[in-house]
Amino acid sequence: MTITRNDVPGPGTSPVPGRDARDERGQDGKKRAGIGWRVRLRRDRTLIFMTVPALLLVLAFNYLPMFGTVTAFQYYDYIAGFFHSPWAGLDNFRQLFVDPAFWQAFENTLVLSFVQLVLYFPVPIALAIMLNSVLSSKVRSFVQAVVYLPHFFSWVLVITLFQEMLGGAGVFNHFLTTHGMNTWGIMTDPGTFKYLVTAQAVWKEAGWGIIVFLAAIAAIDPTLYEAAAADGAGRWRRMWHITLPGMRGVIVLLLVLRLGSALSVGFEQFIIQRYAVGSNAAEVLDTYSYYYGVVANNFGLGAAAGLFKAVVSLVLILAANKLAHYFGEDGLYRGKS
Amino acid sequence: MTATSFTRPRPSARPRPRTGRPVWEEKPGVLGQLGKGLSLTVVVLLVVFPLWCVVITSFSTQGSINIAGGIVVVPHGLTLGAYSEMLSGGVVTRAMIIGLVLTAAGTLFSMAVSVTCAYGLSRQRSFGHRTILMTFIVTMFFGGGLIPTFIVVADIFSGYDQYWALVLPGAVSVFNILIIRAFYMNTARDLIDAARIDGAGDWRILGSVVLPTSKAVSAVMALFYGVGYWNSWFNVALYMPTDSSKWPIQYVLYEYVNQGAAMPGVAAHDIAGHSQPAPLSLQMAVVVLTLVPIVIVYPFVQKHFAKGALTGAIKG
Repeated sequence: MTITRNDVPGPGTSPVPGRDARDERGQDGKKRAGIGWRVRLRRDRTLIFMTVPALLLVLAFNYLPMFGTVTAFQYYDYIAGFFHSPWAGLDNFRQLFVDPAFWQAFENTLVLSFVQLVLYFPVPIALAIMLNSVLSSKVRSFVQAVVYLPHFFSWVLVITLFQEMLGGAGVFNHFLTTHGMNTWGIMTDPGTFKYLVTAQAVWKEAGWGIIVFLAAIAAIDPTLYEAAAADGAGRWRRMWHITLPGMRGVIVLLLVLRLGSALSVGFEQFIIQRYAVGSNAAEVLDTYSYYYGVVANNFGLGAAAGLFKAVVSLVLILAANKLAHYFGEDGLYRGKS
Repeated sequence: MTATSFTRPRPSARPRPRTGRPVWEEKPGVLGQLGKGLSLTVVVLLVVFPLWCVVITSFSTQGSINIAGGIVVVPHGLTLGAYSEMLSGGVVTRAMIIGLVLTAAGTLFSMAVSVTCAYGLSRQRSFGHRTILMTFIVTMFFGGGLIPTFIVVADIFSGYDQYWALVLPGAVSVFNILIIRAFYMNTARDLIDAARIDGAGDWRILGSVVLPTSKAVSAVMALFYGVGYWNSWFNVALYMPTDSSKWPIQYVLYEYVNQGAAMPGVAAHDIAGHSQPAPLSLQMAVVVLTLVPIVIVYPFVQKHFAKGALTGAIKG
């Protein structure tokens, strides 16, 4: 006998309406007896099989490198590999911590991170609030479409565009010379490099960053605004007392993420421009790892720098999360308590 | 165009975007209105102006570039010369083809792996669900870092064609898988249950029910993967920096435009016989060529952003 649609029990007759047919828990929430793991394995073999390709890729390119962190404690030898390279103990770290170039990179990273926090972080918030106040939905979606676009450009492209605008032969300097002023080598000035990098990051990512904030604003109950307006609150007071508090959770979450990744300030951006401004200004922890590890062929040292960064980052994210709890927000996660 | 053909009733919980001014809102002052309009115009111009200059310069004759003294802002004396030179064979043509093929193949592969994996993880009480899911999630918090990853990848692909090293290591984004999975678990759930009651197997459900009803999220994810492959530059620098005949377009852009190296096949020597960077219009044509695929695909996917990005950002 074949089962037809009519044989399927209707909504009223199902013992647990809306529940997954494969749930092995009964109505009382207790495990049903009789479904052993062999049966479940056989039942779900297709589902498990479907995850295998992705699992293999993750094992090869995420887990194997995690294991490869041992390089930081080895005199890595290309031929011997992870398994047969001689152990170095903490020699790589000793070498790392006496290297002034490493401390320069560390300092650059912290300074850049701070500059980005101050100059980049508020931009998407302000943009989102401003965009949300535009009444015409046509204008809104046009502006959105335009400001999202640079997110999809590569860093090579973004830096090339900056070069054509602000570089020595670019539009800006051409304007300066034709109006009798001295040129300004923004693209090659190590002193202002941190602001240049931040400006590039703002140009590329700030537009895309507003998506999250727009969603947070859209989730605010509109009757709050109406009530506030009836009580005589003006535009700015409504923004201060309703919009911003409504975005507070998202802002804190993104701040936590930002603090947790304080040591990741960008990578391609710095490699591409390192030659133009010099390594003193453009070296950050990630590029240090690359140049001293891959380019200078000192894998142990590069891996040690990478591990140092990973450990400090982990401490930072835990601390930032604690801070979020302190301010009464959920942060990234909340331990069971 | 199929990405838009499926329409789903708007969830009633989300308010429709407001278009008119609510009755209780005061009329804005002229100054405020002016300030807002001005700042929005500036924001839009900051994005559009550089693109405008690059496009115009790429279409300009050498004469008008000379008159402008570099980048051309006001169009004057337009020509297709740069494009016919760039696309008539040679370095840039080859790099465009390599870039497009890599992007198309990589995106297809990534989507196939991610979609099946997301579906495989979408039954919360299936066998091994929690273990497999955790295996993926751990990689979002811990990683090997640059050096160990480089060693592993270089080791795995030594002796093979290096294009594999550009595609496979970044083929799967756990973040994207989780977004797709969340979509399958929330939106497609009832349909999946209905199909199973009707006797469909898992592959059948994925192919005939889940995929056709989740085109929005698929479109956004395919765009994310595709842009990742198209923009990949550092992997080329890591794994095949010396073989210029294999470079995709991004690396060609870096080498011949950003770094100003002399482009092979473009006759440009100064009086002393030193090779020079390619003429500005050709360089800008390369910039435009790297832009074109993104700008073509972008409008079709853009309207789905909110849905695709939000599931990830808000719901985790």
